[in-house]
Amino acid sequence: MREALEGSQAIARAVALCDPDVVAAYPITPQTHIVENLSKLVAEGDLHTEFVSVESEFSAASVVLGAAASGARAYTASSSQGVLLMAEVLFNIAGMRIPLTMTVANRAVSAPLNIWNDHADSMAVRDSGWIQLHCENNQEAVDTTIQSFKIAQDTDLPVMVCMDGFVLTHTMEVIDIPTHAQVRKWLPPFVFKRALDPSDPKSLGALVSPDFFPEVRHSHHAAVDKALPVIEKVDASWAKTFKRDCGGLLTVEGPEDAKVGILAMGSTVGTLRTGLEHHDGPGAKLIKLRAFRPFPADALRAAVAGLDSLIVIDRAISPGLGGILGSEVKSTLYGMPNAPRIHNHAIGLGGRDIPESIVGDLLSSIEDPDAPAFSVFDADLSMLPPEDR
Amino acid sequence: MTTTDNTKRVARLAELREKFGRHPVEPQEKHYQGGSQRDRQPRFCGLESGHRACQGCGEALAARLVMECAGPDVMVANATGCLEVFTTPWPQTAWQVPWIHSLFENSAAVASGMEAAMKAKGKNTKILAFGGDGGTYDIGFQALSGMLERYHNILYVCYDNEAYMNTGIQRSSSTPHAASTTTSPAGAERMGKRHLKKDLLSIIAAHHIPYSASASVAYPADLQRKVRYAMGIEGPTFLVVHSPCPLGWKHDSHVTIEVARRAVECGLFPVVEVERGAVANVMPIREVRPVADYLGMQGRFGHLMDPNDPRAVEELTHLQALADYNISHYNLRGEGEDPADTAGITLVARDRAAGES
Ligand SMILES: Cc1ncc(C[n+]2csc(CCOP(=O)(O)OP(=O)(O)O)c2C)c(N)n1
Ligand code: SF4
Ligand SMILES: [Mg+2]
Repeated sequence: MREALEGSQAIARAVALCDPDVVAAYPITPQTHIVENLSKLVAEGDLHTEFVSVESEFSAASVVLGAAASGARAYTASSSQGVLLMAEVLFNIAGMRIPLTMTVANRAVSAPLNIWNDHADSMAVRDSGWIQLHCENNQEAVDTTIQSFKIAQDTDLPVMVCMDGFVLTHTMEVIDIPTHAQVRKWLPPFVFKRALDPSDPKSLGALVSPDFFPEVRHSHHAAVDKALPVIEKVDASWAKTFKRDCGGLLTVEGPEDAKVGILAMGSTVGTLRTGLEHHDGPGAKLIKLRAFRPFPADALRAAVAGLDSLIVIDRAISPGLGGILGSEVKSTLYGMPNAPRIHNHAIGLGGRDIPESIVGDLLSSIEDPDAPAFSVFDADLSMLPPEDR
Repeated sequence: MTTTDNTKRVARLAELREKFGRHPVEPQEKHYQGGSQRDRQPRFCGLESGHRACQGCGEALAARLVMECAGPDVMVANATGCLEVFTTPWPQTAWQVPWIHSLFENSAAVASGMEAAMKAKGKNTKILAFGGDGGTYDIGFQALSGMLERYHNILYVCYDNEAYMNTGIQRSSSTPHAASTTTSPAGAERMGKRHLKKDLLSIIAAHHIPYSASASVAYPADLQRKVRYAMGIEGPTFLVVHSPCPLGWKHDSHVTIEVARRAVECGLFPVVEVERGAVANVMPIREVRPVADYLGMQGRFGHLMDPNDPRAVEELTHLQALADYNISHYNLRGEGEDPADTAGITLVARDRAAGES
């Protein structure tokens, strides 16, 4: 049914449709509305779940770890400082290969304190071994949330559904919310084969010596890699039932013969699309990366074939290196014959508004032969003292 | 869960009890020597032998005693620490019940999630959370407080060996005053730890949970009665078990029990029970010992044993005062023979106290 919903409210409804056994979360802007809406659903009797209102994000992550390890479908959500406080547990969940879902309402990380949107939080835990999927709009966020429960149990891995804070979480959008019956039919009941059970005792989380550790890491890496076809398959199966998809691993749009491409993740893609529509001149391809972990290297190489230039948009930086996504794209395309030249820019850090007109600026910047390999594109350097520019 | 599932589960649990439970071996002659002491114990064995604890490890003994009363329909969340490390060197495990280790500071929260899962699935498997004193008094303190406040149906057991043993004997907030550890070493300028042992039980009591208690490996009958009692309570319960560590306390491994007993007898480790925030019961001390009897057995207090060093005398006096305070605060001094006092309780057979036939 199509309804006008705030992003967070829609996510809460989507989570409820998946019948989670245990939900644990701690409030933080801009994730708060998700927890509040879930609490309300519980209070109204519309969601029957064990809702554990914890004393910190650290415990929220620990609670869902314990719950999922005990065979329960579990869900949590956080942002920014909360994600960083969870960091140790997030690595632990993934290392134990415990399937569960977490929404990250992406927000900048302090200092300086900033509650607005960028991707610094989920990027900080990109090496934790979780699957990370980014959503362009709230319809995708709803659909990806439901899909994530299936991906998690099909891969025995935790899934982070990343949605831009405020831009998505606090925006009203007309959303097609599936019915409970539809979701129940599409999403099988939760099964975790290694779940703790007194009638078949197992030990989870043992001490692993150097004799076995590299093998454990190898198989974790392989497992995350093997999630690539699962993510595609689940999205395809979703499309078959619900007549819309979320773009699998990545999508490419724009003129076939375009020589320039722009790659981005999350809601920025929508802004860039509108910007491109309004931009005169030769068109550009728009590549929307949905799966950030696992990183779809083959699909990316195919997507950029024929391009002379690729502008990679980052919403987070690694100080002293530059763009994170930009660096990963570069390393993926390294050695590819006729690989496009990469122009890497961070935009919209800490919620700086991204105007549609930025598309024109980005496209003209690639004409400059002296342009730096990386820039914080929308930073106004005149605001800084000369020594900081 | 369907009825057949449940019947199967119950049958399987009975099978496991059969398999991992120890059965009494009838003595064939008067002085039957075959089989170890343990082989003759008629209890469920949730923590098997063959693990890698040091000889005389109080924590290993305490955990085994707890598991005997708790299992087999339980699941354990264990914090990082000696107990976790010595029981589960991959690919081996000494646990005969479902067991999970996540991190140092989150066993109470992981257990909360496990308990929520049991509730959601309509199972009544009891969840246990284990932590060392570091994982409980210090780094896991917040998660523990949250677990108690949210009233999860969990028995939390703290194995208190009064320092971070797994990482090589560093001080914790449970380390007693004046004890020497690798981060509170005694030296020319210092007499060991400069701060007091945290009164955790009072803080736990302030949560007004149904039951919290202290116990000691020196009194297994008392310890097991407390575990049984806590297992029967629907809600959060807490047990701190004084567990000597020969390596960290620097005493011989064969005197673990004697050291633990003297800690109680001198009043430095009061054995008490608290219900809903009020002291409900204490173990009376039949003959109160001077603290020096206890401290003198351990190398960690060796620097206090020089009667010619005024600093040593001062610290010893201070520790005696702390013990005296405990004795008067909890009214620990016994009044004549009592079957439940420090001398009487040692005569109670463990299986009887534990309610096993
Ligand atoms: C966040 C974090 N900090 C530090 C450590 C290192 N560490 C592991 S076990 C331990 C001490 C454990 O002490 P305690 O809880 O008293 O248990 P014990 O080994 O004495 O039984 C420490 C400091 C860790 N694992 N995690
Ligand atoms: S160091 Fe202490 S607590 Fe750890 S195993 Fe050895 S005796 Fe036990
Ligand atoms: Mg300790």
